[in-house]
Amino acid sequence: MLTVIFLIVVLLYIIGFYYLITTRNLIRILIALEVLTKGITLTLIYVGKVTGQMATAQSMAITLIIIEVVVLAVAAGIIVNIFNHTDSLDVREIFRKNK
Amino acid sequence: MNNTVLYILLGLLVFSALLSALIKNTMKAVIALAAASVILTVIMFLMGAPLAAVFELSVAAGLITAIFASTISLTDNPEADQEPGKNKKRMSRYIYLPIIIVIVAGIIFIMKPGLDFTSVTSATKDTVQNTIWHVRNLDIAGQILVILAGVFGVVILFKERSKN
Repeated sequence: MLTVIFLIVVLLYIIGFYYLITTRNLIRILIALEVLTKGITLTLIYVGKVTGQMATAQSMAITLIIIEVVVLAVAAGIIVNIFNHTDSLDVREIFRKNK
Repeated sequence: MNNTVLYILLGLLVFSALLSALIKNTMKAVIALAAASVILTVIMFLMGAPLAAVFELSVAAGLITAIFASTISLTDNPEADQEPGKNKKRMSRYIYLPIIIVIVAGIIFIMKPGLDFTSVTSATKDTVQNTIWHVRNLDIAGQILVILAGVFGVVILFKERSKN
């Protein structure tokens, strides 16, 4: 059981990191961060269950979710502003336009 | 029975996370991410974390999807996704993903990391309310500061600029 959860978490991390590295779309970068956060939430809850400290794990998961949504809201605002200035969401194109 | 359901849900979680990476349409990718959040909520319920599960469902599956949808509608660039050959190029980037998964699985198989958490700590019977308000009450202050920082950040980003 523990090994299965560990493998699933590692899979989510790999998918998230690979997605983060390969994508050039700003919105998709945020989606990749979300995928990574799903893995972290699953880790927190499962470790809480295994160690019998579910209350601490839940409070940490709630803190993580709040930080996640605030980071996303600010990042979304920055993305909208970047799009209004450059008319693009492609990281390379934005870099080329600002050179 | 319970473990079987959990394994199926874990498989679906990975599948929807993978789907959110592979789907061409960004809006559909966001919906796949919301589905992953809902599946994670059910997993959290099954593991005995109902409060965090409710947060995950309302905030991660609801609010974050709404933020993504509004961002996509505000940055709608229909020409961007329709360039010929762009999707093929995008899909070709994911060719190496299975290879990396196999390599990491091999490393994990060779190293065999210690996963015996039970020996680290003993179980406590604290309630979530007690933990949040008495044990980790500084977290609440931190959360309030983070939310305020986010609100000010968004207000500054969308503030109307003066003409000069």
